[in-house]
Amino acid sequence: MTPRQRRWIFLIAMAGLAAFYLWGLTGLPGFGNYPGPYGDVINSIAVAETNATGVVSAVNFEYRGFDTVGEEFILFVAATGVATVLRQMRDEREHEEEEAGADDEAATRDAPPTSGAIRMVALIMTGPAVVMGWWLASHAQTTPSGGFQGGVVLATGFILIYLAGKFLAFDRFSPADVTDAVEAVGAGGFAAVGVAAVAMGLPYLTNYLPLGITPGAVSSSGTIALISFFVGVEVGAAFILIVSELLDQTLLIRQGSQ
Amino acid sequence: MAIFPFVVVAWILAVGLYGIVTSRHLVHLIVCLIVVQSSTYVLLLGVGYKTGAVAPYFFDVPNHTPAVDPVVQALALTDVVVEAAVTALLLAIAIQAHKRFGTLDPQELVQLKG
Amino acid sequence: MSAPHVLAIVAPPYTVSAGMMDVLQVTVLVLVAAGATMVALTRVPARQVIALSVYGVLLAILFLVFQAPDVTLSELTIGAVALPILLLLTLAKVRERGDSGKSGERGK
Repeated sequence: MTPRQRRWIFLIAMAGLAAFYLWGLTGLPGFGNYPGPYGDVINSIAVAETNATGVVSAVNFEYRGFDTVGEEFILFVAATGVATVLRQMRDEREHEEEEAGADDEAATRDAPPTSGAIRMVALIMTGPAVVMGWWLASHAQTTPSGGFQGGVVLATGFILIYLAGKFLAFDRFSPADVTDAVEAVGAGGFAAVGVAAVAMGLPYLTNYLPLGITPGAVSSSGTIALISFFVGVEVGAAFILIVSELLDQTLLIRQGSQ
Repeated sequence: MAIFPFVVVAWILAVGLYGIVTSRHLVHLIVCLIVVQSSTYVLLLGVGYKTGAVAPYFFDVPNHTPAVDPVVQALALTDVVVEAAVTALLLAIAIQAHKRFGTLDPQELVQLKG
Repeated sequence: MSAPHVLAIVAPPYTVSAGMMDVLQVTVLVLVAAGATMVALTRVPARQVIALSVYGVLLAILFLVFQAPDVTLSELTIGAVALPILLLLTLAKVRERGDSGKSGERGK
């Protein structure tokens, strides 16, 4: 099938799909006219029930906490998949390098030196990025934040170390086995919080910690803050792992194609 | 005017699918897949929106102010982060395919039989 | 908690006409549609990564205008930072291996 034929078949099929979609849109209540009661119910009872003013995080970690466990484990499995695929390739490549007798020092690569401006900005931003990631992960019940965003900002802080210096510095700050262990602690911690509820005789992932007095304080809303912390740790470790695996790959190849 | 955001969703989906179908590079295909996924975020948030409402955070507004739907926001939020990790997995598989077959052209990869 | 008691709280005290959108939302929606077209039709992957970064920022603005600050934060960190990093690292890896002149040079 030639590309031109493929393009025409796609356009015809897309026209049919678009016709059905637009026909289905006429049955919608229209943008801005939200009819469903579920959102309104959650908005009116969430603050009173969980003492969390961030209703989205309360939904994520308490009302629909079981779905979030599933999503977090999708992330865990994806990071493990990346590590498995790329580490196998790295081991094969290292085996080839040893047979060819190449040098394995990453410091002898001939990449252009990092410019001074990038280095300074990355150094300045590393500390605030880590602090901000931590703040985001621990304030899920108060303001728009949460474990997922906080984890990614935390990983960005570590990646800035690579931008500011060489790959060796990044590798020393986040060795692969420590990152693996931290990610496992994060994922397992979330599941363990739920299992601890079962051990007390309550349903899985019930909020059993004291809810605090002031709605929206950092130490309020029980297990929501704890789960958000674990999720932040896990997401941060997962992204650091993925980026460090990809960096390993690029360095070995640049070393190999001299 | 009431269905304009959903028409935009359909447009983004169609453009992303067109990019996937006529792609000549696996990384270009993966980025078009990211575009297709982003159309679902816009759809989710468009469904939950309520005109004249605020964000569902009651830290500095009084309780029971009309707010938009928090459930679709929770879905979209975890969705964004998890799809990034799945994209990383797809990229790793693309690297493996490049190592195995030497090319990243999906229309040539079809013809190679192992 | 009984259902009728909850629904009594929920009755909205405002009336709204469906389909009213302000100019900001319409503008950002049009920009997002244009951005998606730009990303999908840029054939060279290295340029497409920059386009994806811009598209991520536009999406983040759209989510903010739709009153969803949490999703804005996620999309900003992922779409403008993490995804371009992953894509650029993959492109660097793929380009170095044996001068792959076939893949990606056609779409110029």
